[in-house]
Amino acid sequence: MDDAWQPSCSFELLRLRAQVLHDTRCFFAERAVLEVETPLLSSRIGTDPQLDFFTTAYRLPSLQQNLFLQTSPEFAMKRLLAAGSGSIYQICKAFRNGESGRFHNPEFTMLEWYRVGYALPQLMDEIDELLSLLFVGSGLGSTQRISYQAVFQQYTGLDALVFSYPEYCAYAFNNHIPDAISLCGYEHVLWLDFIFSHHVQPYLGANALCMVHDYPACQSSLARLNEHNSKVTERVELFINGIELGNGFYELTDAVEQDRRFNEEISVRQQRQLPVSIKDTRLIAALSAGLPDCSGIAIGMDRLLMLLSGSTAINEVLTFSVDNA
Amino acid sequence: MAIFSTNEFKAGLKVMLDNDPCAIIENEFVKPGKGQAFNRVKIRNLKTGRVIERTFKSGESLEGADVVDVEMQYLYNDGEFRHFMVQDTFEQYQADQKIVSDASLWLKDQDFCTVTLWNDAPLAVSPANFVELSIVETDPGVRGDTSGGGGKPAKLETGAVVRVPLFVQQGELIKVDTRTGEYISRVKE
Repeated sequence: MDDAWQPSCSFELLRLRAQVLHDTRCFFAERAVLEVETPLLSSRIGTDPQLDFFTTAYRLPSLQQNLFLQTSPEFAMKRLLAAGSGSIYQICKAFRNGESGRFHNPEFTMLEWYRVGYALPQLMDEIDELLSLLFVGSGLGSTQRISYQAVFQQYTGLDALVFSYPEYCAYAFNNHIPDAISLCGYEHVLWLDFIFSHHVQPYLGANALCMVHDYPACQSSLARLNEHNSKVTERVELFINGIELGNGFYELTDAVEQDRRFNEEISVRQQRQLPVSIKDTRLIAALSAGLPDCSGIAIGMDRLLMLLSGSTAINEVLTFSVDNA
Repeated sequence: MAIFSTNEFKAGLKVMLDNDPCAIIENEFVKPGKGQAFNRVKIRNLKTGRVIERTFKSGESLEGADVVDVEMQYLYNDGEFRHFMVQDTFEQYQADQKIVSDASLWLKDQDFCTVTLWNDAPLAVSPANFVELSIVETDPGVRGDTSGGGGKPAKLETGAVVRVPLFVQQGELIKVDTRTGEYISRVKE
């Protein structure tokens, strides 16, 4: 008998997930952060060329249109913020086409929250508190906060903010990743993604939370540039045991700048002949009306459950992974 | 030949890399939340047997390699080449020692083995997991010994040397695991 009907995860994991969701909701309830729901299906979609989305055909008589499954609830939540919702959070499904592997399932659970009036360091404090609560009893060590430039320097000796082609090549050559040279060429962003994911990230957050902040400006489309150093952005990434767990920003509130970045990404999509995305003009309108100063973060709950349960593959924490959904 | 994109990569897939046929052993999808996705691939060069790691940008593709495993009967050795035949079609192939390599230690005339063909030419030969071969040379055993202990070396008809229990005698037929080179049991003829 084919046993593909069986769940991929154990019942113990089901209970762990329920507990984590419960604890998370209590955490935000105590802080008077409002739980919200926004649409998973939308007529607009993110422009990020690195994210592939699912497109569905909406059949309403006389109106034929595509609706997209959201790659994150970010745009809708920002429209709520601009409308005056105050601090909000959401636990929802997000969808990313073509992403499948040990740490990826094309449909996954995301916790996303926004804090009105918070700069990034305050949000990082709150992230630390939430994760300490969820990981209580797992013996997580003390949290480390380090800038991207410092951590990159520490593990590679390279300066992440200043691109030196010969130095990067020499590094690749001496560290058994010569294929990086032909793959990355003169593209600084690619080099950073390649080296960071191969030779930095695996060492981050050994049994502790590591928050990497001040990302190079070339690497974030929705974060603000740092007002003292335009080479870095107000972005933070979370790592535990080398696993990327979340990504947060001191949010960009400048509608003109946001529109410019969207257009730039749309032209990159055209050059690479990627599926056409529809710019979220309603987000731009919301930003024009005024997004309050805020910071926000998204955390992958399935990966968090992997870490909590010591699982080595994402399907061990999902009821049904994409392979047997 | 077919073209395979990184999202079709999986263990066992045969592809061309640096003009050599290779088999994918492991494929890991690596993607930062924001940023370029990569596929980190562990791959075996089927010509040299060497295993290397390579990283691809997700979405890149490789040409498939026309590599197939075919069960054949080993016929004979003419001194320079060993000859193999496909049972159903009587098609014959020849392979030199470089290709047959260590498999020659386990190949007995008429036995079946797996020949890996690349563009219809032998690329590698693997013996069956278990083969039955007779002992042509071993020291006389000690009476009373029934199993393990230290054992003793025994030379087989194909030239391989395996350790056998002391009670196993010259001229006997034994079953051997070719993956480990270990004695399994005696075979009653």
